[in-house]
Amino acid sequence: MSAQGQAGLLRRLKQKLTGSHDGGNGSALESAEGNAAPKGQGRLLELTNVSVHYGAVIALDNASVGMDKGEIVAVMGPNGAGKSTVLKAIMGLAPVVGGEVYWRQKPLHEETHKIVDLGISFVPQGRRVFIHLTIEENLEMGCLYLRDRAEKRRRLDAVMELFPILYEKRKDMASQMSGGQQQMLAFGRGLMADPEVLLLDEPTLGLAPRVVKEVFGKITEINDTLKTSIFVVEHNIKGALDIVDRAYVLDKGKVVHDGTPESVRATDILTQVFLGKISEKPVASGSESE
Amino acid sequence: MLRNLQVYSTLTQPFRDPWGFLKERSRNPELWINLVVIGGAVLFLLSKGTGFAITVGTVFAIWAILAVSLNLVVGFTGLMSVAHIGFFGVGAYSMAILTSDPLYEQLRSETIPTFALPFFAALPVSMVMAGLVAVAMGSILNRFRDDIFVLVSFGFAIISFNVFLNWRELTRGAFGIHAIARPAIGGWEADGKLEFLLVALVFLGIVMLITWFIVSSSFGRVLTAIREDEQAIQVYGYRAAHYKMAVWVLSAMLAGLAGGLFASWTSFIDPNSFILLESILMVAIVILGGLATIWGSLLGALVFVLLEEGMRFVPFIPTEHIGQGRQIVLGILLVLLMLFRPQGLVGRYKL
Repeated sequence: MSAQGQAGLLRRLKQKLTGSHDGGNGSALESAEGNAAPKGQGRLLELTNVSVHYGAVIALDNASVGMDKGEIVAVMGPNGAGKSTVLKAIMGLAPVVGGEVYWRQKPLHEETHKIVDLGISFVPQGRRVFIHLTIEENLEMGCLYLRDRAEKRRRLDAVMELFPILYEKRKDMASQMSGGQQQMLAFGRGLMADPEVLLLDEPTLGLAPRVVKEVFGKITEINDTLKTSIFVVEHNIKGALDIVDRAYVLDKGKVVHDGTPESVRATDILTQVFLGKISEKPVASGSESE
Repeated sequence: MLRNLQVYSTLTQPFRDPWGFLKERSRNPELWINLVVIGGAVLFLLSKGTGFAITVGTVFAIWAILAVSLNLVVGFTGLMSVAHIGFFGVGAYSMAILTSDPLYEQLRSETIPTFALPFFAALPVSMVMAGLVAVAMGSILNRFRDDIFVLVSFGFAIISFNVFLNWRELTRGAFGIHAIARPAIGGWEADGKLEFLLVALVFLGIVMLITWFIVSSSFGRVLTAIREDEQAIQVYGYRAAHYKMAVWVLSAMLAGLAGGLFASWTSFIDPNSFILLESILMVAIVILGGLATIWGSLLGALVFVLLEEGMRFVPFIPTEHIGQGRQIVLGILLVLLMLFRPQGLVGRYKL
């Protein structure tokens, strides 16, 4: 982790403690320190015409997806549309056969275990917390490479402040937590790396409706307080559309819609992909109905 | 400070208040298992006399070192390997070739290189040799996972046996190597059985300490995480392959140490001590005792050695069937264990 990154977390913490949540102040500070990309000049994270093939199965077909700093972006679509593959392509866990992944306008060709150092943190599908480790140990796994104990302590405190339940149960085994709590733990573990972008793979999978609401609330809170950009893959359309800045709709590995949540709501694109009408003809402009 | 006091009070409780301690723990099966195994061992050995107890103790110490070292790989990291006998063999053969008495060699027609080194000079070489073989083996094994990993390690175990059997210029094949040195420092030599037992127990203690340090460090925590979810740990910035390789080589070196001790103890080795079955017995001990617990590996080794040595005193089994009888009993024991206590004698994790 770079010194800049550590300073970044400290600054965000300070902002949080003093209660100055307005973006203007934050971006002024950032540009003063010169570690933020100027707005409008390219995207923070971008996939251009990426194709992923698993043997004969085409998981992603010329998909272009991108996000700017500070955004919450959602990728949605039915089962098997290639949503999770988008994240796997970023993390180097999927065989990319065409196209390019860009991180800060530079091609991203790192091995999986190095990507977290760049500021991209991945929260895998199904939570995948280490159930035989305690909450605190689980969180520490998120930044074990960090030698600076004080910095580790600060990050632990920050994450536990954000998720009070983790503080309450910090000495308990992760196996003793409920699904929703484990999801919070997975978020916390991802945040321990002090990432610029948090990739969330189906964070509400298998959770009760009330807990789903809570999870979406936390996603907004992370975005607000830590200014972390969030890239979320979701099947829960309704909840996701309420919190995101931009949404991509995927069907059979292709991006069929790209726009604000309002533009998604305005069309019947989701009905089409979920009810399978769109697959009968190749899609040129997804917003038109049959 | 308060926490230290609490640890202290739980540690001393059995001595301050033995009755209350027993009452509290009487529902805990682990206590009973410990009592039965250790009590049984003590009673059995007392009834058979000191000489026998010393022999059994030495066999136990060597098996326990092997089991603890294998537990690092199988239990703590979750890599099911049956190739461990290879490292044991490499350690034993290194010790044999390096310390075998050249005078004895001259009596033979087929000569192998001899160095006549003392035990303590050869022991580190045994460990390093086992480590080097582990590096070569590990670089291939690291590409595989789960079932395939077991199969490939199976292959390695068979290869290592055949190398010991057929590389006659180095190992003298089935004839074996004689006159292997005993541990000696200065004027003192562990030529007696009791002295060797003490040396073996000291090494067992060292191995347990090393293992304890490894598994309670942050390195050990990464190993646990690898066992639980290798892909997740990679996403958080750890090159899992490096960690797996490190623990693999370390474990192999400890097995090499056990091999060196074994060769010195028997003073004669041949390839029959390093067959695949022994490797599977090792895995059985680890599972019997419990995955990811050092104490469990000790208990497992104790149960195994008692079975192995105790069967010969069962009156109604003919002498020629004792060997097979042991394996049958161990097999039944494993089946019962998996049915009623899948986490092993004192373990917490299921296979």
